[in-house]
Amino acid sequence: MSKPYYVDSDLDKFGKIGEWNKELADKFFSYYGDVFAPGALSVREKSLIALAVAHAVQCPYCIDAYTTESLKSGADEEQMMEALHVTAAIRGGASLVHGVQMMNKAKEISM
Amino acid sequence: MTSITKEKKTSLKYRAHELSSNAVQMKILSDNESIGIKAFDRALKEDSLFPLKPTGIDIFQVNVGKMCNQVCKHCHVDAGPDRKEIMTRETMQACLDVLKTSQISTVDLTGGAPEMNPNFRWFVEELSALGKHVIVRCNLTIILAHKKYNDLPEFFKKHKVEVVSSLPYFAARRTDAQRGEGVFEKSIEALKMLNAVGYGTGGDLKLNLVYNPSGAFLPGDQNSLEQEFKTKLKDGWNLTFDQLFAITNLPVSRFLEYLVASENYADYMVELANAYNPTAAAEVMCRNTISVGWDGYLYDCDFNQMLELKVAANSTHISDFKEKELLNRTIVVNQHCYGCTAGAGSSCGGTVV
Repeated sequence: MSKPYYVDSDLDKFGKIGEWNKELADKFFSYYGDVFAPGALSVREKSLIALAVAHAVQCPYCIDAYTTESLKSGADEEQMMEALHVTAAIRGGASLVHGVQMMNKAKEISM
Repeated sequence: MTSITKEKKTSLKYRAHELSSNAVQMKILSDNESIGIKAFDRALKEDSLFPLKPTGIDIFQVNVGKMCNQVCKHCHVDAGPDRKEIMTRETMQACLDVLKTSQISTVDLTGGAPEMNPNFRWFVEELSALGKHVIVRCNLTIILAHKKYNDLPEFFKKHKVEVVSSLPYFAARRTDAQRGEGVFEKSIEALKMLNAVGYGTGGDLKLNLVYNPSGAFLPGDQNSLEQEFKTKLKDGWNLTFDQLFAITNLPVSRFLEYLVASENYADYMVELANAYNPTAAAEVMCRNTISVGWDGYLYDCDFNQMLELKVAANSTHISDFKEKELLNRTIVVNQHCYGCTAGAGSSCGGTVV
């Protein structure tokens, strides 16, 4: 068996990035905590945004973390899947909208 | 997928599951080292809370039996239709005799489905006559389970009983996944019946709901969840209620079965231990509660009752209730207690901080 690149227990070690640069890690985690505190958006809304972004950046740690956080904050399966379709729509749309570039170029070099 | 996805319609005891043995449960819970968490008593010691002592006895919680019309996957009582252990009228009388001369103001009735005990109504009437504030942990579906229960909302109203009911989610999927097929729909019908007689409509008739997570995760912020439940139940079914109590699932009995079978046990315990909050630990409900089992034995809480961890006192039975001695007892703890001290804490009345 080959060793997996991502190990879910590594998520618990996230805080250890401070061992090699405490000042920046402290700033990051302080900022991170503030970002996810309830504000104009609720914790549930922020968790769903994070869940959608986690899938866009395809971060396995973030997917685990924000699936759990979404459930904890009271989001349901329908809301979570809708959030993912937003990811898919933007990712798919980002490819397709470049079709305009393709068409522009094709027209530019075609008779 | 593991077998947890299949609906279990019988208790652990009926299935002769190894976790129906308290010794097996205690063996799992007592082994904190293999999952890398601090022993709960050590966590208390570090905050000068050990030994954990009572602050009083304000709540007298009575488990009138393990019989229930539901077989919820997370049930820490291992209740169900196949459980026959119920409190006798004599034991109820012994409770009344204690309460008659005691300052204890609140009596919290739980089960199983407490209403299935044939002496339930008599007991409530007697408690009401003593002037006690009575709470009933009603699973909602019992109201519709048989015509003899259909008038429970009127009965509760007559005795100004506070109704506390589990509704793990405001949609069928997650409610039914935890509590059984069709439970959500029946719960909604029962809530309509309670609202119709005035429960949960802003007056004296209190209807509080219990949210507990449908899986191996902790509950989120109680206030946010309450707002979400209020909006969804009002918009969807024109239902109202008073408060939402967010309760953490403790690794006992069928929830422990789920954790072990789904291989979530270690991670869940680590999450509970990491979320240990000393402020919540100081406010745990066992410090002002006494729990009476169906057979009259005394416990620090309903969870210790299910693990058969009797009070550490000479008087361990309701027939020999010595309030003064109980007030000086040391509360029995183990790793399951992390469930009550995680985050904002957890009690039968929701968060504690």
